[in-house]
Amino acid sequence: MMYRSLFPRDLFAELDRLQREMQQSYELSPSIRGVARGGFPAMNVGGTAKSVEIYAFAPGVDPASIDVQLEKGVLTIAGERKAEAVPEKASVHIDERFAGRFRRVVTLPDDVDANAVSAKYRDGVLHISIQRRAAAQPRRISID
Amino acid sequence: MSEQTRDTQTPEPTLMPPVDVIEDANGITLYADLPGVPKDKLSLHVEVDTLTIEGEVALDIPEGMEATHAEVSLPRYRRVFTLSKELDSEKVGAEFAHGVLKLRIPKAAHAQPRRIEVRVE
Repeated sequence: MMYRSLFPRDLFAELDRLQREMQQSYELSPSIRGVARGGFPAMNVGGTAKSVEIYAFAPGVDPASIDVQLEKGVLTIAGERKAEAVPEKASVHIDERFAGRFRRVVTLPDDVDANAVSAKYRDGVLHISIQRRAAAQPRRISID
Repeated sequence: MSEQTRDTQTPEPTLMPPVDVIEDANGITLYADLPGVPKDKLSLHVEVDTLTIEGEVALDIPEGMEATHAEVSLPRYRRVFTLSKELDSEKVGAEFAHGVLKLRIPKAAHAQPRRIEVRVE
């Protein structure tokens, strides 16, 4: 499967997850800006010669309510995921899923074109694709 | 309903999806986050007293993309639960939308192996 080579750091991902869960249980914040609680949505970032691709794993969020902003080379994804309703007299046995407001920020490379952005939400993943400026793309120069 | 920590069937590493489990008088509701899994790549299996949730991630990745940062680094989710005797595994209801699976397991008796049909709303 292609993902294995694309995103091979499974051990680090597990450690990261463990750390996030620890932070979630103790409500600690490691950065002055404050990482979104539990790092929601989880993000994957990749790039090709022509574009920068950002995948935000935000299941169960109304796509219309997600606020995506690109300003001065910084991409911000913000929104809210409501907690599931707990009926009266019900007991919660496991409560691991994120609920509440979220906000994550990604610094983009200098060569992205802020006017050529597309965003799609499918199967709970927000996929943002930003084209690189044509001048920055590799070009073949012909010799007369 | 309890979770199985032992996993002898698949040596392959998988992601553990976060879940919420809520019990009321009539049964148990389970929510699982499986972002990136299309409906046809979700597999739910109930056998005797074991509930297995599995899903394969299918992202739209352009050709030649190199990952620079990956928090979701495996293409597969898997989580196994042991159902207790009073739950009726024959009447499990499943909904799957926007990467969130909602399972409703009513309380009743005995269990038999069967696949669960997934309904998308």
